[in-house]
Amino acid sequence: MQDIILEMRGITKTFPGVKALSDVSIKVQRGEIHALCGENGAGKSTLMKVLSGVYPHGSYDGDIVYEGKTVAFGGIADSEDEGIIIIHQELALVPQLSIAENIFLGNEIAARGIIDWPQVYSTTEALLRKVGLTESSSTHIGKLGVGKQQLVEIAKALSKKVKLLILDEPTAALQENDSQKLLDLLLEFKAQGISSILISHKLNEISRVADTITVIRDGMAVATLDCHNEEISEDRIIRGMVGRDMEHRYPHRTPNIGANLLEVSDWNVWHPESAERQVIRDINLKVAAGEVVGIAGLMGSGRTEFAMSLFGKSYGQNISGTVRLKGEAVDVSTVSKAVANGLAYVTEDRKELGLVLDETILRNTTLANLEGVSTRGVIDDTQERRIAEDYRKALNIRTPSVFQKVMNLSGGNQQKVVLSKWLFTQPDVLILDEPTRGIDVGAKFEIYSIINQLADEGKGVIVISSEMPELLGICDRIYVMNEGAFLGELAAAEASQEKIMSMIVTA
Amino acid sequence: MEQAKPLSETGPEPQAKLSVGAYLANHLRDYGMLLALVVIMVLFEFLTDGTLMRPVNLTNLFLQNSYIIIMAIGMLLVIVAGHIDLSVGSVVGFIGALAAVMMVEWNMPPILVVPICLAVGFLIGAAQGYWIAYWKIPSFIVTLAGMLVFRGLTLALLEGQSVGPFPKNFQLLSTGFVPDLFGGGKPNVTAILLGVIAATAIVMLAARSRSRAMKFGIEDEPFSFFVAKNALVAAAIIFISYLLATYRGLPNVLITMAVLISAYTFLTNSTTIGRRIYALGGNEKAAKLSGINTERLTFLTFANMGMLAALAGLIFAARLNTATPKGGVAFELDVIAAVFIGGASMSGGVGKIIGAVVGAFIMGVMNNGMSILGIGIDWQQVIKGLVLLAAVIFDVYNKNKSR
Repeated sequence: MQDIILEMRGITKTFPGVKALSDVSIKVQRGEIHALCGENGAGKSTLMKVLSGVYPHGSYDGDIVYEGKTVAFGGIADSEDEGIIIIHQELALVPQLSIAENIFLGNEIAARGIIDWPQVYSTTEALLRKVGLTESSSTHIGKLGVGKQQLVEIAKALSKKVKLLILDEPTAALQENDSQKLLDLLLEFKAQGISSILISHKLNEISRVADTITVIRDGMAVATLDCHNEEISEDRIIRGMVGRDMEHRYPHRTPNIGANLLEVSDWNVWHPESAERQVIRDINLKVAAGEVVGIAGLMGSGRTEFAMSLFGKSYGQNISGTVRLKGEAVDVSTVSKAVANGLAYVTEDRKELGLVLDETILRNTTLANLEGVSTRGVIDDTQERRIAEDYRKALNIRTPSVFQKVMNLSGGNQQKVVLSKWLFTQPDVLILDEPTRGIDVGAKFEIYSIINQLADEGKGVIVISSEMPELLGICDRIYVMNEGAFLGELAAAEASQEKIMSMIVTA
Repeated sequence: MEQAKPLSETGPEPQAKLSVGAYLANHLRDYGMLLALVVIMVLFEFLTDGTLMRPVNLTNLFLQNSYIIIMAIGMLLVIVAGHIDLSVGSVVGFIGALAAVMMVEWNMPPILVVPICLAVGFLIGAAQGYWIAYWKIPSFIVTLAGMLVFRGLTLALLEGQSVGPFPKNFQLLSTGFVPDLFGGGKPNVTAILLGVIAATAIVMLAARSRSRAMKFGIEDEPFSFFVAKNALVAAAIIFISYLLATYRGLPNVLITMAVLISAYTFLTNSTTIGRRIYALGGNEKAAKLSGINTERLTFLTFANMGMLAALAGLIFAARLNTATPKGGVAFELDVIAAVFIGGASMSGGVGKIIGAVVGAFIMGVMNNGMSILGIGIDWQQVIKGLVLLAAVIFDVYNKNKSR
C-alpha cells in the first residue's frame, strides 16, 4: 500500500554557471522517515530549499506534488501554510526572547494585534511537553543548550500543524544523548503520522531511524534504498555518496618532496567563549617543502578553527603546542609574527575575512605586506602598481585594471586576489581554507594549477576542503579530522573517498 | 619575487576615451560636493549683494570655521576607521578652560601652555581610545560618556564663570596675521605670493600624478577637464589670497589649517598608516587577518582626534579671548555633519580629508551667509539639517546607481 505525501519530479535548478540539481526525483510516503545523504555541496540543501519555497516556483524546472496536488510555492510562508516545515542547520531563534515568544514569532496568537499571553503560554507549555522539554515557556532561549534549542525549533514546527518536517543536519552540533532524544522524537512523530525528511552525515543515525534513503551526488539522485526490503550497509551508502569515477579535473604534478618545513605538535585549543570546551585536541601535523597536504573532514570538524588558531591565535583561547618552521621553534602568537615567520592563511570566507570589498585589487593585493611597497611608512605608488599588475598577470585575474573594486569581481577572481595578497608576503607555508568554494570549474582548475606551482617552488601547502575528490586530486597526503582531532593520515596513493568517509562515520 | 607563472596573458583592455560630460557623470560623487560649495557660495554672494566675498567677511569665514575644519580632519580618520567621537565639543571647552586657568590664574606663559594642552588633548583621546580599541566598547558610548565628563570638568575648572582675557601673544594663535615681509602696504604682498606658491604647488603635484597615471594607462580624466579643473582651483586660490591681501593678509589659522590639511591628505593617501585605517574601517576582520594591529590603530586614531580637538579648543578660546563654560557646545555635531557631507561613509572605510574640509566649508558658508541675511538661528538649524540629509541621500543615490 502506497500513500505518497510528497513527490518531487525531475527537479532541475541552475545557478549562473552551475547546475545545482539535475532531474532529481524523490518520493516520500506518509509517516516515514526519509533520509537524504550526500557530500557537502551535493545538492541536498538546494533540494530542500526548492521544496520549501526559498527558491520560488518558476526558478526551477520540475513538479512538486504534495498531498496529491501539484503545488507552486512562492515563498516559505506558502509551504508552511501547507504544513511543510524546515528546520535549518543554523537555528533561527532569537536568543534574547523567551521560548514562548520564539515559538509564536511571526505567528502570534493575537486579536487585533494584541497578544493573548495566557493562551500563548499555555499552548507553549503543551508543545514543550510533546517534545519532552520541562523548561518553563518563559525561559530565555539563550539559557538553553543547542540540543534543547533544537527541540524548541521542533515545538515551533508543531505549533504550525506540521505534516512534513524537514531537518537539515539536526544532530551535527549535538551531544550523543541529545541526538538520541531527537531521533526518538522523530520515531514518535512517525507513529503519529508525521513524515520527516532527515538530512544527515551520520550513517549510524540514518540506519537507525530511516525507512528510505535517497543518496544525492553532484546534483543527482543516484540511489534510493528501501531499508525494509534490503539490509543497508554503511558501505553501500558511502559508495553511493562518493561515486566510483574520479574525473580528470586536476592538473598533473610530479611531487618533489623535500625537508620538513612546518611541524605543529600537541596543538590544543579551547573555545573562545567557553573555556571548558576543547575545540582542538592534540593535533600533530607536518608539511614538507614541495608537499601539498590535505585536511579532510566534515563541516564543523574543527579544520578552520585549527588553521585560525595556528595563524596568530586568531581563534580560541588557552592555545598550547609548539610550531616549528624549518626545524626552529617560532612564535606565531600574532598574525604579524606568523606572517613574518613565513606563514600565510587564505581564509574560507573571502568576503567576510579575506577582502576589503570596497577597495581596489591593488590595495587588497598589498594589504598584508605594505612594508614591501613602502619606505619609512610612505607608499611608493609606482612600485605598488607594478607589483599589483605583476600578480594580476601571473594569476590571470580577469579585469581591465588593478583599480577595479574587488566587490565587482567574480568569485574565482576574488579568490585570486586573496591569493595574490598572501603570495606577496612571500610565505614558506600556505594554508588554503576551502580555496575553491563557490567558484566555477574553470577557475578551480586554475587555482589547482597555482597550488601545484607553489609546491614546485618548494613551498609547503595545506589545503582544507570539504570536497574529497579535490583533496584526492591535488594532495600528496591527507589528514582526516573529526571533532577537533586528527583520526589519522593517508598517503594519496592509498587514500580513497570510501576510506576517508568510513574513517569519519565510524569514529 | 616568487610567483606562479601566467597561465595565459591578458593585458589590460584599452579604455575608451571618455567625454568630459561622461567623465563628470562617473565622478559625480567626487566633485559633487565641491560643485555644491561653489553653487552655495555664488548663491549667497548674490543674495547678500556681495557681502559674502568681501575681504573682511572672507577673513571672518576662515576664522569662524578653522576649529571645525581642524576637528573635521581628525573626525574623518575616526569615521573612516568605523567609529564616531561625540566628545570633541566638550574637549574644546575643557581645553579652553584649562588654558585659561593656566594662563590667567597661574600666569603660565603661552609657549608652555600650548604644548601642555595639546598633550592633555592627546591623553584624553588616548583614554577614550583605550576602552574602544582594547575593550571593544562601542565608541558611541565611550565618547558619549566623555562628552558628559569633559563638559562637567569644564564647568568645574571654570567654577561656572568665564575666564579671560588671555595674553596678547596667545590671541595671535587665532586672530594674528602673517606679517607682510615686503613693506606693510596694501595689498599684502606676502599673502599674494604665498597664494601663488600654493596654487603652483597644487598644479605641479596634480600634473606629476597625472603623468605617472598616464604611464600606467589608468588615467581616464579627459585632458581638457584636467586643465580646466586645475586652472579653476589655482585661480580660486590666488583670487582668495588676493582678497585676503586687501584686508589684513593671511590669518595665522589659515596657515595652520593649510599645513594640517596637506599633512593629513598625505597621511591618508600615501602612507601605510593611512592605508591601514581605510582597511580597518572597510573590513576589520580582514585587516586583522592581514597582520594589521587594528587595536593600536584605533587607539591612535582617537588619540589624534583628542589632540586636534585640543588644538581647536585653543584656537577657539584665543578667538573669543575668554574661556566660557558653554565653549564648544554642539561642535561635535557640526564636525560630524561636515565629515558626512564630505562623502564619508557611516559604515567606515570611505572618505577623504579634502571632502571633510569641503563639507565644513559648506556648513560654514551657509552659517555665515544666512547670518548676514538675518535668518534666525531656528531656520538656520532647519536648513543645515536638510542640507546634511540631502548630501547623504545624494551619496547613497550615487552609490546605488554605480552598482
